Formats: sequence, structure tokens, C-alpha cells
Amino acid sequence: MNSIQELFQKKDKNLLSIYFTSGYPKLDDTARIIQKLSKSTVDFIEVGLPYSDPLADGPTIQDSSQKALENGINLDVIFQQLMPLKETNKTPLVLMGYLNQLLKYGEEKFCQKVVDCGIDTLIIPDLPMVEFENHYQELFDNYGLTNVFLITPHTSEDRIRKIDSYSKAFIYVVASASITGAKGAISNNQISYFERIKSMNLKSRLIVGFGISDKSTFNTACNYANGAIIGSAFIKDLGINGVDRIDDFIQPIIS
Amino acid sequence: MKSKFQPDENGYFGQFGGAFIPELLHPNVKELADNYIQIIESEEFQTEYKSLLKDFVGRPTPLYLAKRLSKKYGATIYLKREDLNHTGAHKVNNTVGQILIAKKLGKTKVIAETGAGQHGVATATVCALMNMECTVFMGEKDIVRQAPNVARMKMLGAKIVAATSGSKTLKDATNEAIRYWIQHPETFYLIGSVVGPAPHPDMVARLQAIISEEMKWQLKEKTGKENPDTIIACVGGGSNAAGAFYHYLEDEDVELIAVEAAGLGVKSGESAATSQLGEVGIIHGSKTILMQDEYGQIVEPYSISAGLDYPGVGPLHAFLYESKRAKFMNATDKEALDAAYELTKIEGIIPALETAHALAVLPKIDFKKDQVVVINLSGRGDKDLEIYIKYLEA
Ligand SMILES: Cc1ncc(COP(=O)(O)O)c(C=O)c1O
Repeated sequence: MNSIQELFQKKDKNLLSIYFTSGYPKLDDTARIIQKLSKSTVDFIEVGLPYSDPLADGPTIQDSSQKALENGINLDVIFQQLMPLKETNKTPLVLMGYLNQLLKYGEEKFCQKVVDCGIDTLIIPDLPMVEFENHYQELFDNYGLTNVFLITPHTSEDRIRKIDSYSKAFIYVVASASITGAKGAISNNQISYFERIKSMNLKSRLIVGFGISDKSTFNTACNYANGAIIGSAFIKDLGINGVDRIDDFIQPIIS
Repeated sequence: MKSKFQPDENGYFGQFGGAFIPELLHPNVKELADNYIQIIESEEFQTEYKSLLKDFVGRPTPLYLAKRLSKKYGATIYLKREDLNHTGAHKVNNTVGQILIAKKLGKTKVIAETGAGQHGVATATVCALMNMECTVFMGEKDIVRQAPNVARMKMLGAKIVAATSGSKTLKDATNEAIRYWIQHPETFYLIGSVVGPAPHPDMVARLQAIISEEMKWQLKEKTGKENPDTIIACVGGGSNAAGAFYHYLEDEDVELIAVEAAGLGVKSGESAATSQLGEVGIIHGSKTILMQDEYGQIVEPYSISAGLDYPGVGPLHAFLYESKRAKFMNATDKEALDAAYELTKIEGIIPALETAHALAVLPKIDFKKDQVVVINLSGRGDKDLEIYIKYLEA
């Protein structure tokens, strides 16, 4: 069974997921960040694979990715950093990157490495459904990997139902028509969109992301979904307060 | 049977193309994909498009026999004078067409990316004409090196947004335009070349096809034959080349030459010769050939010419390269500058720096006597005067 699905069997409300950019702030911080986040009882962790041209990301993740690349991060280094955690780390990991990284690395080789690291879930924001159906579904199935699809306020009901049928981990509910980046409060428009999705009674669990930044936005999102993902706000905090203070960022959100 | 140079139902030319877009853009791209062919082929569109091309843009553009250039290179060389279009380049063929499509789809706000500023000016121009709000994304580096076009866009009422990420050139301006589009799905993204997610490459190629449509009857008038032996065009994203090649793609006896910018030299590490340096990958929503490192990170290109300073090439061109239907050549900064001076001195035409790259391959080709060659003179050089004068003084 998919590792996130397994997690849902134990807990399926108020799940907190944190996204971080591997190789940031320092090249070798990846393992330490994962350990700290686990200790702070974050439910699952998204490991960002830094990309030069991340089309779905706002300035915070762009900058952290740029910095990580300058630090010398690349897929081989990331896999080396993740491999030893396979035995010790109990918090499910999800990889988030762009399709060109996978293409250039070699699709089969990429999938094998992911499996070797004990990871089974991927988020690839620029992998469209039709390409998934025509090619990647079979590839990922062969390796026991699961792709997480994004839905947005503009995704049609038909499409959401189809995505629901393909989803084995969760559906990523993009909170607004937006790229990643921390924003303020959640608007009424967003609430009615969350309500609409909730009322569709999908089989998949829902996790909200993009623009979730603090306790208040996290709690609001959790009223309509099984959990939420914080990315840019965490990275900003990491840039200012560093890896040692990660728990100070997490505790106020989950307490 | 459908031509292999037309995209399939998923927007592929051979293995190249497709629409690799975040889910957020799916409705926008689908709306366009479902409608663009029908709109373009409608009588209403054709009437308005052709009338604007004639009376607003000044088409047909002349096909000019460059006698002294012909003599020098021992061939019969015609220049397709896209530089004489309103706003000074081929770019306006596309913007006139797309603004009509935008109008038909009920859009009132337009965004565009620009490198040399020619597409930005052409977009700002049609937005002024159609009373639409216009925002143009331009790399910070290009804002400096193409200052006259920045001033023109501002005068035309466009808002300019500087792209400050990455190489601060065309690639980054395109990233910013796409990110803005994700956040403002009601806007129409008026893309400037045969790049981006399907159906953009095919739509832009169809709108630039007017270039080769005219070439056919003009050549027939002048030489008695519709087909030249050779067509030469520069390639940034590939739109002027796509337009100049379009109606000749099936005629395999017409040699097609695409010229990329070599910058300081193909192997210098400072180049934009995508076909020579690139590999299959995804950029701006399209699977094509692009310059990237071993981990798929996009490499920052370099060319003196802002319009060719792009690490990818449109998917049709990737297909033309792979299938060997077109021959890909390149020219360095210096070769282009020399070619610009040569054309100016012997024909009295100051070409755009981009166009100068197409001219710069003439000394590298062994022409047969009476070989009929058409060079697509994609734009005029007014915007590049500062760079030209600096070169003269150096
Ligand atoms: C005059 C001129 N020619 C050529 C180009 C390159 O674009 P494309 O390859 O799409 O024709 C540009 C782009 O700005 C241009 O301004």
C-alpha cells in the first residue's frame, strides 16, 4: 500500500505536511531537516528537487532552489542524502520536482532510485493528465510509484472525477489560482471552492496547498480537507531562523 | 492524408511538442486548442486579418532582388522584406492574428513576453488598436540593450514588467509571463514565437505562414516558378523561419536553412545554438530540443541578439532538425555584425541583429550559378543602432 495511504489509516484529520527545498539553506541540510520535522511530528514531508525554471513556483521557492543549485545540489546528491534515511526515518516522504529533471536523468533510472530510497509518491506539477495516461501511468505502476495530481478552482468536475480515479495517495487541492507563495487569510471564494470539492464525496483524501502559511490558514484548510501543506512560509522561516529552530515554527501550528 | 509537418491531436510534431503545463493552465490552453483552428479558418477572421495585414501592417511585403548581394555571392538572392512591416518586423503578422482570436474569445487583457522588444512592440500596437490592456514581460538585461523598443511600448500604453530571475533574458521573461498567466487565468497570453504549450506553436506558425504564401506568387511573378532553391531564416524561437518555410515544407526540393546564434562560438560556452548544444527536454510547456545540463537544469544561453538569446527552439523546428528536413547553420556575434554592415553598405538596408545572423551564412555556402535564394529579412535594425555604432567605433 502507498505510504501516504497507510498514514491516512492511522490519522486522517489535520495532517500537516511541510515542503522544503533540498540543498537549502546548506547543501547537507536535507537529512537534518527531515529529522527535525519528524521529531516535531509533521505527518509527511515533501522534498523539493530544485529546478532552474520552476514554472509553478513563486519567488520564495525560486530563490531557495537557485541557492540550492548554487550550493551544488543535484539528483545524485539528493538520492545519496535520502538513501541512508530509509532505515531510520518513519515519516513518509514525497518528492516534488519538474518533469524535465526526470526526463534528463532517465525515467527508469529515476524511478529505480526513488524506490531504492524507500519513497513511493511523486508530485510533478508540469505532468499533465494526458501524458500520464499515455505513458507515465504504466511507468510508475511498474515501479509501484504513485503520482499526485493537482486540482484548482478552475478544474472541471469531470476532470476532478477522473483525477480521483487515478489518485492512490491524495489529491492536492491548490488553494487558489496561484503559484506557490505565502499569502494572507483565506477568502470566501476559496471557502466556497473547498466546500464544493468536499461535497463531491471523492474517494481520495484531500490535502490543501499553495498559500497555507500559519495556524489560522492551516486550521481553515483542515475544516474542508484532511490536511494541508506549508511550503514557502516554512522556507522563509528556515532562511531567517535556521534548521535548529524548526520546532519553533511547527509547534504553534499544530498546538 | 495529414502532413507530417502538422501537429497530431496532442500537439506533437514527431516526438516534439505537447502541452506540459500545470493543471492551472489546463482550461486556458484547452479553450484555445478547441477553438483556434475554427476561428482562423472562419471567413470572418480571414476577412478582418487580411484587411488589417493590408491596410494596417502594409502587406504584401516586397520580395526584393538584391542585385549587389547576388553578384557578390554568385546566386540570385531575394530578400523577403518583413522589415517593412508596420512596427519593423515579422512579429506583427502574429500579433494581428492573435488579437483577433483574443477578441473572439472575449478577452480584454493581454500579456506577452519579449526578447528584442519587437514582439512586445507589436503586441502593444495591436492592443492600442483594439483597446485592450497590455502587460509585457521583458528580461532586465534586454530592457537595457533594446531601450528604443521599451520606449515605444511605453508610448503605446503597455505596462512593462522586468524579469529579474535567471539570465534576465527571453527565457526568464517567458517564465514570468507564464507565472502571471497562472495567477490571472482570464488574461490572453499572446505568445511571440512558435514555442510554448500546444496549440501555441501551430497557431503562431499558421499566422506567420502569410510570409511564404506571398513568396509563392511573388516568385512566380519574378522567376516564373513558385519554388526557390533555398530559403534562409534566422531562428530564435522560430516564428519567422516557420512562416518563411510553411508552404514549402512538403516540397522537399526546396532547401530550408535555419540559422541559430552562435554567440562567441558554438563551443565557447557563450552561445545560443540550441540544435548544436541541446538535447530533448521540456521548456515552457513544450517537449523540444533545449540547452540543459546533465540533470535537466536549463542552461543560460548567450547571444548579442536579444531575439535569438533563447535556450530552446520551437517543436516544429526540433522536428525539422531531427528529420533533417531543414539544415541548421549558425553565426557568431561578429559574423552577424559584419553581415549587418555589409547589407547596409551594398543594399542600403539596415537589418535587425537577429536577421543579420541569417545573412551571415552567405559566405559559408557554396552557391550554384543561378541558384534562387530567398532570405527572410525578418526585421529592421533601428532598435540595434547603439550596438552597431559601438561596434563601428571599437
Ligand atoms: C527581427 C527579428 N527576427 C527574428 C527574431 C527571432 O524570433 P523568431 O525565431 O521567432 O522569428 C526576432 C525576435 O525578437 C526579431 O525581432
